[in-house]
Amino acid sequence: MIKLKSIINKLIVSSVILVMGIASANAQVNNIIPFGPGGESDVTARLQQKYYKEMFNEDMVIQYKPGGGGSVAWQALNSEKNDGSLIMGVNLPHIIMQPIANKNKAGYKTSDLNVFTFFHYTPDAILVEASSPHKTFKDLAAFAKKNPGKLTLSGSGTYSANHLLVIQLEKAGIKATYVPFKGTGAAVQALLGKQVEGSAGYSTVASKQGTQVRMLAVASEKRLPAFPDVPTFKELGYNIVSGAYRGYALPKSASLATKKKLSDRLMKINADKNFVKTMEASGYVIVNIGHDQVGKFMAEQKKINESIAKTLGLIK
Amino acid sequence: MTNLLADFLSALSLLNVSLAFLGVMAGIIIGALPGLSATMAVAVLVPFTFSLNPSSALIVLGAIYTGAIFGGSWSAILINTPGTPSAVATTFDGYAMAKKGDGDLAMSISCMSSFVGGMVGVICLALFAPPLASISLAFGPTEYFWLAMLGLTLISTLAEGDNIKSLIGACLGLLLSMIGVSVVGGDMRLTGNISFLNSGIEIVSAMIGLFCIPVILDLTSLKGKHLNESETPKSLRLVESFSIMTKNKFATVRGALIGTFIGILPGAGGSIASIVSYGEAKRTSKNKDNFGKGEPEGLVASETANNATVGGGFIPTLCLGIPGTPPDAVILGALLIQGIKTGNTLFTQQSDIVYTFIFGLALATLIMLPLGLLMGRYAYKFIIKVPKEVLIPSIIFLTIIGSYSIENSILNVYFMFFFGLIGWVLNRAGFKASPIVLGLVLGGIAEQGFVQAYIIGNAQDAILANYFGRPISTAIIFMILVGLFYPTLKEKFFKKKVLIND
Repeated sequence: MIKLKSIINKLIVSSVILVMGIASANAQVNNIIPFGPGGESDVTARLQQKYYKEMFNEDMVIQYKPGGGGSVAWQALNSEKNDGSLIMGVNLPHIIMQPIANKNKAGYKTSDLNVFTFFHYTPDAILVEASSPHKTFKDLAAFAKKNPGKLTLSGSGTYSANHLLVIQLEKAGIKATYVPFKGTGAAVQALLGKQVEGSAGYSTVASKQGTQVRMLAVASEKRLPAFPDVPTFKELGYNIVSGAYRGYALPKSASLATKKKLSDRLMKINADKNFVKTMEASGYVIVNIGHDQVGKFMAEQKKINESIAKTLGLIK
Repeated sequence: MTNLLADFLSALSLLNVSLAFLGVMAGIIIGALPGLSATMAVAVLVPFTFSLNPSSALIVLGAIYTGAIFGGSWSAILINTPGTPSAVATTFDGYAMAKKGDGDLAMSISCMSSFVGGMVGVICLALFAPPLASISLAFGPTEYFWLAMLGLTLISTLAEGDNIKSLIGACLGLLLSMIGVSVVGGDMRLTGNISFLNSGIEIVSAMIGLFCIPVILDLTSLKGKHLNESETPKSLRLVESFSIMTKNKFATVRGALIGTFIGILPGAGGSIASIVSYGEAKRTSKNKDNFGKGEPEGLVASETANNATVGGGFIPTLCLGIPGTPPDAVILGALLIQGIKTGNTLFTQQSDIVYTFIFGLALATLIMLPLGLLMGRYAYKFIIKVPKEVLIPSIIFLTIIGSYSIENSILNVYFMFFFGLIGWVLNRAGFKASPIVLGLVLGGIAEQGFVQAYIIGNAQDAILANYFGRPISTAIIFMILVGLFYPTLKEKFFKKKVLIND
């Protein structure tokens, strides 16, 4: 009994050490995700993690700092270390729409964030449940035009990428009713349960839910390799390329050299065939927007998002 | 059949068994520390599982998760602080039992109940996953709204003490749930220009504050021990626990089934499951008046239900690719990276991995029984033996670490203390923490369901039909009405009977 006791004691101590050891692993780059675990920012960062270690022999330590829908982490970014030992996830249209929608009370401005790269995006997509009578996007559009507002589309959140897609469709003459849910999971649940006619979701839904759903159109530049039969909005005659872009930011005071180093590293991971394969199989689209192109890209996105914000009456 | 046997044996490999063992142990410790969540534990371990084969990886993740949900009951019993919202109902009778000197009994009962609940959940996952997943899809926004209403009406039956004060507390919770940017509509509400509040009140830190700080303050201001010591300090009181379990076998099975069933509803999960199970147990129990004062049946009802949600939650995760709970979301991410396609074909096309995982989960639940009993013994002894001068600062230390680690933010710590003070003041005035927390948890679910149902109903020109005309909604409304009027009707009926007897 005494022996058993001591064994149990040792086991408890060792598992506590295990837990603590994992938590305080020798950090090289702290990657702060401004959301909780399990989301797409987390999943894609975890995909990078392995390559970061292999290619640069440094650990990428992922930490979560949710709070305020990302704003708590972002407003603290500029007081963090600027030597490149800390990067923070950012995503579009979130960092543009949140300050607008919160009427400048988000605690940070878009321009406060020193974004140095975008490495992928999750294209918006229109999906229906597998048994839906709408076989193609044309069917769906015809239904919406005949019955304005009757087409219900579930999506994740208000003023999110999903929401913006519906507004852009409305501008193009397809009037649907957007039903926001808390997160993609809940939006997909409503889709599969046929609570809504369809979903304004992401391409990743089509990879995750497989044959339970049918993706009718995707808001990417080109057709996705994993879904060669799904047309893009551009092909269908709608000039819509949109989705959730994910990248990283540094504190403003970080040097150009630091920016370049980290941007180059992440772009190198982006060039790895296996990384691309895994990302594309899940429905993500790789984009290589390095530190020298981020400014131009952000300006373009800002223009698009602000015009939508005007339509929504958020700004005049 | 031979295939199933092979899956079973592969789950039983030495590596998998030891992984399950370590996973459960680490999970229990993490779960027992308020604020350290199962989600975080699972997320931290995901990269370490990439080097394992898919089924071993899943087993260790499932084991941590199972352990953490059970571990949450320890802090609920010993320091009146639910580690997760799903352990709120565990505090009602668990802590009351501990105060009376039955803490060791409560720990053993909680372990056994969690074991039974966990097993029932896993068995349902193994046998009925696809049909149950399709049931979960029948729950739309309307049903979530009514389900949350059912939970809210149960508050009056749940909490001990003044009914009016419970309802006021629940309303306060509902009001608090509205703080932040609304999911539907995106309006900023009641944030007072504090951007931290944009995402709403962080429930776990509010909960730690409301439940735990008043206990610490009382502990500091009152003489006497934290918990009364058990009269039989040397044993686990196994025989007694077992006889309580068999005496309450009906409540046990019902709790496990309620937990599994509500567990399959993504987003509702553990918090509603344990309340509904507790409410049902109280409503039908012979010892109704003893609920909230240390009635083992209440503890059984809550703990079977919340551990059954583990297996239940994996049903939509595996069959539909929709995470049932936040830890499921992380595990789902790990599954995708391992190249497993979730969905209705998973059980047929990749059945070997799925069944190995389910067996692994069963194995983890099985390991949890002896391990939880033994470790629980240590935790209980520690809390009992340690002098107050050490205990109080340790608990305060844990509440700070716990509330900090939820979002890695000091703001949550301030927030926790703020709620602690409110909780203490309200406690003195006779308001309990649980109705406030339940209002806070259920408010969001109710509101989103209501507004989404309105938007959908409006688009179809059938608003009223959308609220009242759907079969499952009607059934839930019926349950709400029974819950509300049953006591009055029963009283009338009972009185008549007495008159006849005269």
